[in-house]
Amino acid sequence: MTTTDHHRTGRARRRPGRAVAAALAAGLALAGCGSAATAADDDRVALTYWMWDANQVPGYQQCATDFEAANPDVLINIEQYGWDDYWTQLTARMVAESAPDVFVDHAQQFGKYASFDQILDVSDRVEESGLDLDRYQPGLVDLWRGADGGLYGLPKDWDAVGLFYNEDLVAEAGLTAEDMGDLEWNPEDGGSFERLLARLTVDANGVRGDEPGFDKDDVAVYGMGYNESGGGFGQVQWASFALSNGWTYADRNPWPTEFAYGDPALAETIGWYRSLIEKGYLPPLAVATSGIGTIESMGSGSYALLIEGAWNARAMSELQGVDIGIAPTPVGPTGERASVYNGLSDAIYSGTPHPDEAWRWVEYLASPACQDVVAEQARVFPALTASSERAIAAFEEIGIDADAFAVHVEDGTGTLPPVTDRWAEIQAVMQPAMDSVLSFQAEPDSLVAADDRVDGLLADD
Amino acid sequence: MAIASSPARPATTRSRPARRGGRDGGGRGDLRAALVFLIPASIGFVVFYLVPAVRGAWFSLTDYSVLAPAEFVGLENYRRLLDDPLFWNAMKVTAYYVLVNIVIQTVVAIALAMLLQRMTRSILVRGMALLPYFVANVVVALVWYFMLDYQIGVVNVLLGKVGVDPQAFFGDPALALPTIALINVWRHMGYTALLLFAGLQTISPQVYEAASLDGASAWRQFRSITLPLLRPVLALVLVVTVTGSFQIFDTVAVTTGGGPVNATRVIYLYIYDLAFAQLDFGYASAMSVVLFAVLLVVALVQLKLTRADESDNA
Repeated sequence: MTTTDHHRTGRARRRPGRAVAAALAAGLALAGCGSAATAADDDRVALTYWMWDANQVPGYQQCATDFEAANPDVLINIEQYGWDDYWTQLTARMVAESAPDVFVDHAQQFGKYASFDQILDVSDRVEESGLDLDRYQPGLVDLWRGADGGLYGLPKDWDAVGLFYNEDLVAEAGLTAEDMGDLEWNPEDGGSFERLLARLTVDANGVRGDEPGFDKDDVAVYGMGYNESGGGFGQVQWASFALSNGWTYADRNPWPTEFAYGDPALAETIGWYRSLIEKGYLPPLAVATSGIGTIESMGSGSYALLIEGAWNARAMSELQGVDIGIAPTPVGPTGERASVYNGLSDAIYSGTPHPDEAWRWVEYLASPACQDVVAEQARVFPALTASSERAIAAFEEIGIDADAFAVHVEDGTGTLPPVTDRWAEIQAVMQPAMDSVLSFQAEPDSLVAADDRVDGLLADD
Repeated sequence: MAIASSPARPATTRSRPARRGGRDGGGRGDLRAALVFLIPASIGFVVFYLVPAVRGAWFSLTDYSVLAPAEFVGLENYRRLLDDPLFWNAMKVTAYYVLVNIVIQTVVAIALAMLLQRMTRSILVRGMALLPYFVANVVVALVWYFMLDYQIGVVNVLLGKVGVDPQAFFGDPALALPTIALINVWRHMGYTALLLFAGLQTISPQVYEAASLDGASAWRQFRSITLPLLRPVLALVLVVTVTGSFQIFDTVAVTTGGGPVNATRVIYLYIYDLAFAQLDFGYASAMSVVLFAVLLVVALVQLKLTRADESDNA
């Protein structure tokens, strides 16, 4: 369930074992850092920096060390909390007025904190320092614009989703990497993508989904896995299909006034998506949510293909016993591919006693010096265009085809997640609504009623 | 007792006036000493229970969101609660959970207590019944979550060996809640059995001897001797376990998270979600106040029905 929660809000954690190892490594690094601090003079301003991804701590620790060398008056303490506790902890610390001076922020969370004035607006400081916002990948800066037009963070990294597939299973089905990169889908007959899923699905008797005698009730390998219904976001489930079917989340972004869950294009997409469950190419929702995790199921060969985020590319490539290839999401009825294009930022807590030092640190995090260090770690794609390219090269070096994600930036086919301060309430409506549809307890057109409730929430303001 | 004996007191004290002052002084001394001993517990009670409870009741009348000052909204939160289908669903789901959990747990615990009393005198064996209770709730939930996994869980592998199709224990709306209820039966039955076992020890063996001489069957002895004499203990155990059962949260939080389609969205999970994810502390407080009232009524009714303050143990 923990992984499911991650996906629900858009980010996934790596396998716990390695996360723990990284956290231990970070702890050691911090311990070393601490002793250095006592040795140095005590006039240094100590800034606390929070992040949730343990795997990224070593890269940012390097940034902190470099920053401290250039800024002898500042000390950076990196603290890492797992995603599950991160936001609750952060809220509690804001209430206690002792929140971290700088913290990693998520597009779906920032609206809430910005509307409660918990994040510092940095637009004046950006102007003062003459920071060039055009050097970031397109759209990433706008993700952090408040309803009042202020800028509530500097972009840190970006991600997109792709098709992760089991290379052996694809080869056994008689398909090549070229086939995987050249897929299209449509809501009528599913196109070459659905034919691929049929081919990849194998029942307990070894009969493929596109062969006569296929038993859809006794499937050994599902063509595609998924972890849950995706609620109102569907980032690693249905969003790539809906977005390439001409749908988009809301009337405008950021700060939508109406969501589009009642749009027939979404109902059509979801209707097709769940028809794949009926055909046996995808597991039933009960089975999908009952599993320990999609990545583990990929590792055990139960799923042939998975839509996953770039942030899990490294974890997937390190799965034991399976070789994973990555292809871009299929082309849809719009004639283009689509993916949620999400990003993180570094935000400054409005109650920090050291806003100037915090700004220097945030500016450094958003600079080529730090983002290149992060790029070399080949974990995420930094927000700076130049650093992004370095990360793509670093990914290629360890055998991960990062172009599958980068294509969305090049072609402009990424869609930013909806930014609103009511996201938690919207999910509270959309999660059960989408669960009902994908478990066949309700029809796709029931999303219209859910959409009305969501718009009712927004109208409350 | 104090009231009943007080009319007699003046006569006694009058007859021994010399000691009167001393006695009254001693009474005040006792009170003072008692107060001193009561202070630590009272401070704890006031700081950790009374103040938060009163604050919670106040927040239920506001739109409190922790990050912004609370504004008074009257009974708006309670009105909203009446038309909130998720609240009523959560109450229904919780009641269903309590029913499954308590009925099975009580029956199993009584049987286990009888076995502990009759079959063994070994402290080791009796202690083993308690083992599941020593494991943290969250750990128990996670271990079962892995064991009941659809694809790689050992339970489904074993079911497959006897020809039963794999079951999505946590993914199937019909199975998810009973599964969670049974996991908690497994964890709590030993502890509950231990409490009942202590109650069984208080029943005099002579009563059973007399019944045997009269030719009563084992079942008849259980029905006519064990259950009635165990009633005060059973009543207490029920009040404690039912109240605890209503507070189900952790097992759900680490397994289903309230899904599928709200089938396991118990009231505490909903309150937690409203407060800590949606920052709607005012509304969540109103729901907590209602839950408090419901639990109070349930506990009082239980105490009344089971006559917990009386004993049949002559």
